[in-house]
Amino acid sequence: MAIVKNDSVIEQEWITVDAEGDLPSSDENLIVPLARFKEERDSLLGRNGGLGVQLNPGDAPEDLADDLDRLSIITVNFPAYTDGRGYSYGRVLRERMGFKGELRAIGDVLRDQILYMHRCGFDSYELNVDGETALTKVRAALKEMTVYYQPTGDGRVTAQSLRERRRAALDQKAS
Amino acid sequence: MYRYDDFDRQLVQERTEQFREQVKRRLAGDITEEQFRPLRLMNGVYLQLHAYMLRVAIPYGTLRADQLRQLGMIARKYDKGYGHFTTRQNIQYNWPKLDEIPDALLDLANVEMHAIQTSGNCIRNTTTDQYAGAAADEIEDPRPYCELIRQWSTFHPEFTYLPRKFKIAVTGSPNDRAAVKVHDIGLRMHQNDAGETGFEVIVGGGLGRTPFVGKTVRDFIGKNDLFSYLEAILRVYNRFGRRDNKYKARIKILVHELGVEEVRRLVEEEWEQIKDGSLRVGDEEIAHYIAQFAPPAFEDLSDDDADFERHKAENRGFFNWVRSNVVAHKQPGYAIANVSLKPIGGIPGDATDTQMELVADLSEKYSFGDVRVTHEQNLVLPHVKKADLFALWTALDAAGLGTANLGYVTDIISCPGLDYCALATARSIPLSQRISERFGDLERQHDIGELKIKISGCINACGHHHVGHIGILGLDKRGKEFYQITLGGDASQDASIGKIAGAGFSEAEVVDAIESLVTKYIEIRESGERFIDTYRRVGMDPFKEVLYGDR
Ligand code: HEM
Ligand code: SF4
Repeated sequence: MAIVKNDSVIEQEWITVDAEGDLPSSDENLIVPLARFKEERDSLLGRNGGLGVQLNPGDAPEDLADDLDRLSIITVNFPAYTDGRGYSYGRVLRERMGFKGELRAIGDVLRDQILYMHRCGFDSYELNVDGETALTKVRAALKEMTVYYQPTGDGRVTAQSLRERRRAALDQKAS
Repeated sequence: MYRYDDFDRQLVQERTEQFREQVKRRLAGDITEEQFRPLRLMNGVYLQLHAYMLRVAIPYGTLRADQLRQLGMIARKYDKGYGHFTTRQNIQYNWPKLDEIPDALLDLANVEMHAIQTSGNCIRNTTTDQYAGAAADEIEDPRPYCELIRQWSTFHPEFTYLPRKFKIAVTGSPNDRAAVKVHDIGLRMHQNDAGETGFEVIVGGGLGRTPFVGKTVRDFIGKNDLFSYLEAILRVYNRFGRRDNKYKARIKILVHELGVEEVRRLVEEEWEQIKDGSLRVGDEEIAHYIAQFAPPAFEDLSDDDADFERHKAENRGFFNWVRSNVVAHKQPGYAIANVSLKPIGGIPGDATDTQMELVADLSEKYSFGDVRVTHEQNLVLPHVKKADLFALWTALDAAGLGTANLGYVTDIISCPGLDYCALATARSIPLSQRISERFGDLERQHDIGELKIKISGCINACGHHHVGHIGILGLDKRGKEFYQITLGGDASQDASIGKIAGAGFSEAEVVDAIESLVTKYIEIRESGERFIDTYRRVGMDPFKEVLYGDR
């Protein structure tokens, strides 16, 4: 297992707990599933350590609207690579709700999906391989394609806007 | 016609290279067939009964002559000398070798074609009216919007792992030739009260094991807003469509289970939040795409051509072909010529390498190098001078492409069925051939008039049997093929799903059964009624009676 963020392998600094069970000590960094966050919100927000939430397919990212700036990380679970709900969650969190923290893809995260995840706002990826392999895969995936048709919030320039720029430049030359 | 620019070209090139690497990894044994599967499917490569199958997209059914010629070349070089045009305005090659497919994709890329998103749970090839830009009844050419949809949907990062595949069809004419009401999204162009042109948005149509006619979620969406609206629908579907059961995963089930009002509410709520965003397409950009589909340089002609009339009077074969296969054009002196890929007793939708090359040549000579592919598995030369029709037909006929049967009982849609398909429960091609032979007589066909027979080799309904005036579904009963007949289906603007007539028929009985239905129709029809009209007037009973008697 390795996590890649910003072109490097990073340490796992978070403890993820499930729906039930004891919480670790108050100054540990903690990720809880959305359902548990909703139930125990106040006590979770009162802890000392960092707090993150895990979204599973079927969850509504909108439920986090009031608390986004209190969360350092949101993990989005892709239990199978074929379950693409997490892509929409990524875009909604970033583009609509303005989430600025770390957005991590976890679960069945494979090389061929990483570019799409990045385009939907993810900035870290947990892969089920060793660090070096993970880094190689993420790097290769992110530069496999260089033309993008769809505007998303990822800052990449679309083919359409490049065309417009070129047309404008040609117009200017002509006049 | 739309030409790729450097961006489009680069995208397809990068994709081709990427797939070449993936095939290399597979052939070297670095990845298993299991791991390779999703990668090949994204590139239109299926594993069929006997071999790999390559499905190539023909976006909105429009081909240039050089592209069709290349399809012919590919049929010769990588297949056994033929290709199969399908109900999805695609072409399938049934016998390519895996190690050669990257080369075939490169040959395609060289003529601005690809197999991207012809499979997988993504937005598939957008289909439209084969007469786009030519039809006399058209409001506006739908293809500029189709091209914009093609780009928007290609490698859409959010919508590549949908619950299930997703098909969009567009019609620019009130007479729907694109079956938009049986697609996941159907777009019907029309004008609102203010005189603006836009689209009715129909959602949740589909065939397969639970067929539905789509429902209108919005009566009118302006052109500038179309793309954000599509994005809103797709986001709602991606988030809320069922994923627990692949047979219940299409958007039609979501519409059915939530109700169209609730789906409308979700879509409108989503759209409200993105409609002013970067997917709003400006007039200038739309104009740019419209210009790319500008009509060819038509000559100013009179609509009457004396030679054309004379040839019709003198040559019975030509007269017959014009009667069934030639359709009114919006430009005086021009006509739309349909090239039937349904020779009597032939395989529906198959064309050989040389036939493809011939049609490509003829399109250059007579139709501005423009060829269309229809969802009814035929080809079209959309812009032919009436004065050239006779020469065109003569050349087509000499190559076995002059069959005069468009819309007739022998113009059958058939899926590949058990001859090729790994999912099939029965054969469909041989049955279509036998029906075609039974009704081969041209005057009889003409007398019967428009009658759409559609055959699928299993419940997935690739052959559109649910919307055949007569639909035939091939099933398997304890190791024996049998065929279920449905009546009253219709894929047009009056779309309806056919009803099952009763118990199925054995392979030996089914052609007789079809014939008895036709005979009954002839007996009871009123003047001017097509089969479907008669069925709608009299209902199932008289037809059931001839099929089953007192059974
Ligand atoms: C040869 C291998 C093929 C396979 C494995 C295959 C598979 C399938 C499956 C599983 C479905 C059902 C989808 C559902 O209900 O969710 C389906 C539907 C459909 N397929 Fe195919 N198909 C094949 C060939 C074709 C061909 C040759 C065409 C024509 C281009 C085609 C066009 C369609 C259409 C029009 C439908 C029904 C409309 C819909 O609900 O999507 N398929 N196919
Ligand atoms: S209808 Fe069935 S048999 Fe025919 S092509 Fe589709 S999946 Fe195959």
